[in-house]
Amino acid sequence: MTETDGNGTMDGTIAAAEQMSSGSEALLRALKAQGVEVIFGYPGGAVLPIYDAIFQQNAIRHILVRHEQAAVHAAEGYARSTGKVGVVLVTSGPGATNAVTGLVDALMDSIPIVCLCGQVPTHLIGNDAFQEADTTGITRPATKHNYLVKRSEDLVRVVHEAFYVARAGRPGPVVIDLPKDILIAPAPYREPGEAEHRSYRPRTQPDPRRIKEAVALLKRARRPIIYAGGGVINAGPEASRLLTQFARMTGFPLTATLMGLGAFPASDPLFLGMLGMHGTYESNLAMHGCDVMLNIGARFDDRVTGRLNAFSPGSKKIHVDIDPANINKSVAVDVAIVGDAAAVLRALIAAWREDSTPPPREALAQWWERIGLWREKKALRYEQPAAPGSVIKPQYAIERLYQATQGRETYVTTEVGQHQMWAAQYFKFEQPNHWMTSGGLGTMGYGLPAAMGVQVAHPQALVVDIAGEASTLMNIQEMSTLAQYRLPVKVFILNNHYMGMVRQWQELLHGGRYSHSYSEALPDFVKLAESFHAVGLRARTVDELDGVIAEMLAVDKPVIADICVDETENVFPMIPSGAAHNEMLLGPGQDSPGRPGVTDEGMALV
Amino acid sequence: MAEPALRSATVSVLVENESGVLARVIGLFSGRGYNIDSLTVAPVERDGSKSRITVVTRGTPMVIEQIKAQLDRLVPVYKVLDLSEGPHLARELALIKVIGAGEKRAEALRLAEAFRARVIDATTESFTFELTGATDKLDAFLDLMRPLGLAEVARTGVAAIARGMKTIY
Repeated sequence: MTETDGNGTMDGTIAAAEQMSSGSEALLRALKAQGVEVIFGYPGGAVLPIYDAIFQQNAIRHILVRHEQAAVHAAEGYARSTGKVGVVLVTSGPGATNAVTGLVDALMDSIPIVCLCGQVPTHLIGNDAFQEADTTGITRPATKHNYLVKRSEDLVRVVHEAFYVARAGRPGPVVIDLPKDILIAPAPYREPGEAEHRSYRPRTQPDPRRIKEAVALLKRARRPIIYAGGGVINAGPEASRLLTQFARMTGFPLTATLMGLGAFPASDPLFLGMLGMHGTYESNLAMHGCDVMLNIGARFDDRVTGRLNAFSPGSKKIHVDIDPANINKSVAVDVAIVGDAAAVLRALIAAWREDSTPPPREALAQWWERIGLWREKKALRYEQPAAPGSVIKPQYAIERLYQATQGRETYVTTEVGQHQMWAAQYFKFEQPNHWMTSGGLGTMGYGLPAAMGVQVAHPQALVVDIAGEASTLMNIQEMSTLAQYRLPVKVFILNNHYMGMVRQWQELLHGGRYSHSYSEALPDFVKLAESFHAVGLRARTVDELDGVIAEMLAVDKPVIADICVDETENVFPMIPSGAAHNEMLLGPGQDSPGRPGVTDEGMALV
Repeated sequence: MAEPALRSATVSVLVENESGVLARVIGLFSGRGYNIDSLTVAPVERDGSKSRITVVTRGTPMVIEQIKAQLDRLVPVYKVLDLSEGPHLARELALIKVIGAGEKRAEALRLAEAFRARVIDATTESFTFELTGATDKLDAFLDLMRPLGLAEVARTGVAAIARGMKTIY
């Protein structure tokens, strides 16, 4: 409590105290100073003071979601499509625990999020109070860092610091736990400082010696490959531009991870497509057969490497990562470069120019010839019967959607499963920040709320959630949010009645015993859309597909398009768990390079 | 491919002295499946702003490097120093209660003198020794005390520092 007579005769401290606003007001002022334009949240008892302060201002917009998990995914979509920090506001207890899935999702995919959680008043902490949870305890392994504000004088400093931590180095989610009494009591305000963080100062500029070593390897590479990941996108659009410049000046083939799609234009002939478990034939064989690999901003994820002791066995490996803990974690590398992807690429380009060694052009040409042969395999081909009444192949649905969206600013989100892999394979991304998918955690239910966040950030753009019917039901309540804020998100459901990826694994690895992967009682998605004030459309056969897509894109409202697709279609190519890149399974009617059969060890892998 | 041999590492971590920092470090070890052989923590700055955690851990050289990198990326961590990479001093303290009478009791006292353990409490039928030293010295002493009526042990875990002029700062 501050008590002053307000006559201006007090000394400086008290005069300052007199101007002190409540913790909630100071909090909003700090958010505004951090450039926050929108908060995704859900109210509750512990955060009522913040909602009261939100009510009394207009600078920051609040989007009321229908579930706290969706608030975090929406903030992720917002963050990934803008490069800004996404902000979430949830209440104590269940509000915070509901947010945990989203926080881990953001942690795994390195998305900058600041999540404000209400908490019971400080004097009740530890008392099993109503809607109390040990939020900092629960979210410690779910966040990059978290804070519990126990003193009003710490509040604003913590908020500024949280934004710094969320975006510095490898980005990630940060939780601030805010006891209700701290939100009500007066709190001093201060502007974000220039001062360096006391202990957290991640390295962004690369070591020039490592750059030299890398270029020395790259200049002599006879079978090089660039393997780009989400780190390039996190480093900002400039990093993607530099990556494109570097690939084009070297003429090296380039493959990207699921998270790296869009970092390099998919239409460029140097692009081999995505790599990994469902990567292209040419990408995986080029990774397997390369002699020098340049990994920029990827982390040798198990979905990418397949069996580790058979991963790219003959290559020298250069690994660029902003997180030193990613280096030599699963794959031992020859040159490790810690730094921001844009800074490293800039240095690589300069060093490549300086090093006068002529690259072995002839060897590179031969390498491209081999890649050309792999490309001719066209391992992504599928058969779409054209006769009217034919069942729609999911791959075809995505290709037609892609073609129909040409010429429009389009953002794509996905849920998790087969449709996600088909989207990654058949939708072509030319720019960064236009593709949002849950890569590391694989969170079903990510796509719809993420699309919501993207649409909030880009009201004029086309935002499509390429979805599966099972995943999208996990956060279907957000259709209500879309209606409330008139967000014309398009939910494009590839409906095969199965949890398709589960069904695929059961077919290939578990003897076709489809245990609990079939949805017996799905809703009528057209009526479901209508009940949420959206437009519902359905395509049952191939001749109905283009019309439904056209109508979906023409409507300026949220749409659910229920695309009934072939229930038995599988995602190919596929590197089964525990297999190597050169042991891919290809689609029906295509000769696989080696059918390894799945080993017992492979069966135990996810 | 044979697994590379495990090595023991003594790692000192200088951290911001704030609530939850120890939980972060311990959670990192349990969450990622690393071993903790011993762990000590106490404030080391005059103003109490920084604490020093000393962890003794085991793993393959690749895992030890991972542990250090993972510790270093925690926000409240100032510095991670792998003392076992160079000459260093490591000590722990144990309080050891031995209950017995007659010749065994006398033998316990003789051995304690040989080990330079101090008697800090005694009754007619017990001794409590205070012993400081490297972990293997404490282990050796405890082995000797076992047949002589070893009743209870409290150990601090290892505190360690580099030899010579080298510091963690």
